[in-house]
Amino acid sequence: MNAIETMDLTKKFGNLMAVDSVNIQVERGEIFGLLGPNGAGKSTIISMLCTILKPTSGTALVNGYDIVRQASLVRKSIGIVFQDPSVDDRLTGRENLEMHADLYGVPKSEMRSQIDKMLELVELSDRCNEFVRNYSSGMRRRLEIARGLVHTPKVLFLDEPTIGLDPQSREHIWSYIRELLKIEDITIILTTHYMEEADKLCKRVAIVDHGSIVAMDKPDSLKEKLGVETITVKTQNNNLYVEKIKETHIAKSVAIAGDEVKITLLNAHTILPLVVDIASRNGIKIESIYLQEPQLDDVFLHYTGKALREGSKELSGMGAIIRRQIK
Amino acid sequence: MSELRGIYTLWRREVKRFSRERTRFVSSFVQPLLWLIIFGTGLGSSLHGSMVGLNYQEFIFPGIIGQTLLFTSMFMGISVIWDRQFGFLKEILVAPISRISIFSGKMLGVSTDSMIQGLIVLMLGFLIGVHVTLSMVIAVLPLMLLITLGMVCIGLTLASFMSSLESYGTIMTFVNLPMFLLSGALFPVNSLPSWLKWVVYFNPLTYGVDALRAVILSGAYMSPFSIQVDVLYLLIFDAVMILVGSYAFSLRK
Repeated sequence: MNAIETMDLTKKFGNLMAVDSVNIQVERGEIFGLLGPNGAGKSTIISMLCTILKPTSGTALVNGYDIVRQASLVRKSIGIVFQDPSVDDRLTGRENLEMHADLYGVPKSEMRSQIDKMLELVELSDRCNEFVRNYSSGMRRRLEIARGLVHTPKVLFLDEPTIGLDPQSREHIWSYIRELLKIEDITIILTTHYMEEADKLCKRVAIVDHGSIVAMDKPDSLKEKLGVETITVKTQNNNLYVEKIKETHIAKSVAIAGDEVKITLLNAHTILPLVVDIASRNGIKIESIYLQEPQLDDVFLHYTGKALREGSKELSGMGAIIRRQIK
Repeated sequence: MSELRGIYTLWRREVKRFSRERTRFVSSFVQPLLWLIIFGTGLGSSLHGSMVGLNYQEFIFPGIIGQTLLFTSMFMGISVIWDRQFGFLKEILVAPISRISIFSGKMLGVSTDSMIQGLIVLMLGFLIGVHVTLSMVIAVLPLMLLITLGMVCIGLTLASFMSSLESYGTIMTFVNLPMFLLSGALFPVNSLPSWLKWVVYFNPLTYGVDALRAVILSGAYMSPFSIQVDVLYLLIFDAVMILVGSYAFSLRK
């Protein structure tokens, strides 16, 4: 049985199609990423899977429970870390977790050990009796992750878990997530608009744009499908070098960028020696050379026709509206 | 069972948060003191002898307790807006617990807060010569609960339709102050002109203040209503407001 299975999951806000017939299957024990710019529909998908929003049509199974008809069972079996902060800052860290355990009916006998375990995972054991008011934003995030895990959910939803955090806190959170996967039998769904995050953490990634899934696979396979790699060479005679490369027809494209030559081609690894050879045969001295594999950014650009960053700017207004409606 | 545990934990959160706000604690008894000592002495000294057997301070004392219950319930009820603004409400709303339980936890928590405030004011009674006994406290507590439950629900209902606390001033003007001034907290209601009497008789706080007065001032005060009427009116008021409040709350996504 899959941890999550959606069947033509659709959500409309008025005339706006926020999520359009999405079909995804998430296997048990994997980290699955929903990648896309703000307003692409990631949070709306998550909200429906968490039973916060009712789908306009279609449905989904989470842990085998239907999100429309068995909302309460779904809720019991999932943990959620929202994009916006949701801890009570007038309570201590521990009190927040205790309250959560009470709301989710964690047996009293397991409550304390379970809370201690999660505090340890996110390295907050020594600060847990302080008011959350005094926590940094990174600590609050960690507390929220611990809270989402206190009732041992089978599926954990992380909605933009590292948004607004400094690189160091972000690294920390990634390491907790990896650690978590080792110690618990859990499936993690995360949304992100950081390529690096999806690339580093996720076993599989779905690229979401305008409410639809435009591509879904392992990060590496997505990159491979793109197939284009780049060799960047700096020589003492760039113009001549470009000419010679063109003559051999090994490259998809050759161009001078600044004081370097950029060659895009398939199978760069095997062709690299030939590229060096061409230079030496024509007496062109190479000053530097490096090979670049495609990044997930390139994949995104390929499938959506726009860079992730500019996409997020363009859609932030719409995303804000959708989020407001969810609230 | 798990619903009860949920209600209990939400109740406890409310009381914990409340008891940790020290500044509110201080202002909670300073304001009633100002009413009792300054207003009570000021107006009382020009009214001497008009209320047989009672000085004016004693007369308004139960009214000031009623006012404290009203203002605290209303303000804390509306404070559910904070929960929404800081995202905390979301955490509760996705928990596997029914909306009714969430509403109940909040309602009981805020009522408890208000009753603590009311009790503090009651304890100040010795300052104006009211002898507070244990049996009086025991009799007053259920009345306080009856008064606050409905008021809290008014606050929670209003909060369901408000998006920020900015309009709290408007509510102060159009709900809190009229309810307070038209409750007979500051003057006897039986000699009012009839147009005003109707409004006063409709106001649930009138019955709350009347019941508190009957208990706190015992025989010294001639009550316009019997305690049974007071309690019955408050029970109906609570029942109606709980229904309205939980319905309004369930409308929020």
